Amino acid sequence: MTDGSPAPRALPLPARWIGALGYLTLYVVESLGRFGRFLGEAVGLVFVPPLKVGRLAARVYFIGFKSLTIVILTGAFTGMALGLQVFLTLQRVGSEAFVGPAVGIALVRELGPVLTAVFVTGLAGSALTAELGIMRISEQIDALMVMALNPIRYLVVPAMLAGLITFPMLTAIFDVAGIYGGYLVAVVLLGMSPGTYFGQMQAFADMGDVMVGFWKSLAFGVLVPWVCTYKGFHCGHGAEGVSRATTEAVVLSCVLILIFNYFLGSVLP
Amino acid sequence: MIRIQGLRKSFGGQPVLRGVDLDVATGEIMIIIGRSGGGKSVLLKHLLGLLRPDAGAVLVDGTDITRLRGAALEAVRRRYGVVFQGGALFDSMSVFDNVAFPLREKTKMGTAEITRRVEEKLLQVGLVDMGHKNPAEISGGMRKRVAIARALVTEPEIVFFDEPTTGLDPILVNTIHRLIQELHGKFRFTAVMVSHEIPEIFEIADRVAMLHEGVIVETGEARVIQNSTNPIVQRFIRGAAESDHHAA
Repeated sequence: MTDGSPAPRALPLPARWIGALGYLTLYVVESLGRFGRFLGEAVGLVFVPPLKVGRLAARVYFIGFKSLTIVILTGAFTGMALGLQVFLTLQRVGSEAFVGPAVGIALVRELGPVLTAVFVTGLAGSALTAELGIMRISEQIDALMVMALNPIRYLVVPAMLAGLITFPMLTAIFDVAGIYGGYLVAVVLLGMSPGTYFGQMQAFADMGDVMVGFWKSLAFGVLVPWVCTYKGFHCGHGAEGVSRATTEAVVLSCVLILIFNYFLGSVLP
Repeated sequence: MIRIQGLRKSFGGQPVLRGVDLDVATGEIMIIIGRSGGGKSVLLKHLLGLLRPDAGAVLVDGTDITRLRGAALEAVRRRYGVVFQGGALFDSMSVFDNVAFPLREKTKMGTAEITRRVEEKLLQVGLVDMGHKNPAEISGGMRKRVAIARALVTEPEIVFFDEPTTGLDPILVNTIHRLIQELHGKFRFTAVMVSHEIPEIFEIADRVAMLHEGVIVETGEARVIQNSTNPIVQRFIRGAAESDHHAA
């Protein structure tokens, strides 16, 4: 159908590319702005009473207790694999006495916080996104809003606080399981002296290493609930929207965990 | 009183509301009818403050809620009760806890008083023995009734119904309509309902407004709308096919 006026001329290809780049830039900047504002609002509401203690306890159980088995299991096998590889490598240069510190420091500084955060993302973070996504598409979040209740205070703040509480604890459990996994391989299976394993670990690993792991786990304890609740809150329509939001939450969380791990590892002593 | 003035809203350049003007008097049941995809739910979301318009205003007792945020908007919403299309019941809670939820979260009522009020509301909607069940364990009609009980438990001044009978059989449609009429008679709230149920809604509506292609094309008492000479209204009421209109 036409009104007789000449059709507008299509822009040349380079101009269209520049236009597309502009739209993409605006989209990214807007998304980052929304993402940051979401965190800012949640952090602000942490300090506004009353705290939803019941919701917080439910989230601690959901994120912390339900992840316990998988964290112990993966921690133990990570420590075993690490103990085996480090032992076989150091044996070549006759330095197998350093298996204990190598396993301990690698777990406490790097692998403990990172792998714990990744596994908890897969287990609890994805479920959190799916739960909030379903609440969004079934209008349950709208229902909270029209009841004059702030859904961020009700749904996001407890998840973030639960992340802050549970991530360091789960990381500590992962570290202990990993260290004993390494012990099992290096000492029980490969015949290393238990005194050497733990003695050298005490000599080389100090409180600074533990604190690096602690600060990282705290950072991931905010990061994972932040990403997962944000994606659930802003999911698209229908089952496909929830499915996409869940995938995006897991992928983005894992990528950000690795990026933050590098930068925190560079900054922290 | 709710006054909607020149409300406009577009999504991705596609206009949905093209200048809606409508007044809802205090205490009346206003039913907004119109074709699917005609903007009824979008209009309702503006009345609830869930969407912000591109232009226009929604005045609730003189306060333009489209300009309110935070605590000021929450203060207006405390006067609201809302029945969502799918019920929007919290699936992690029992029926009793769903109805009790607004009282526990928004008031300082004691447990005994909350229990009394919830049981009273469940009795009014005919679900007194269903309190312990989860929303997933009850039928669609029951879920709608639980949603009505939850919307009314705080005794709001204004209640919004978003297609409260969609997907129900004709007997349940009449049951829900009678229930709304009965509760309205008792509590005298202002009701704004979006519905497709023709002709059943004419039994309960004080006034009806027809939304078509983003504008209100006719407003009036149920009898006036039923006898309207406006071809758009008549075609919608009679459910005539588009092709009949084009053939004429």
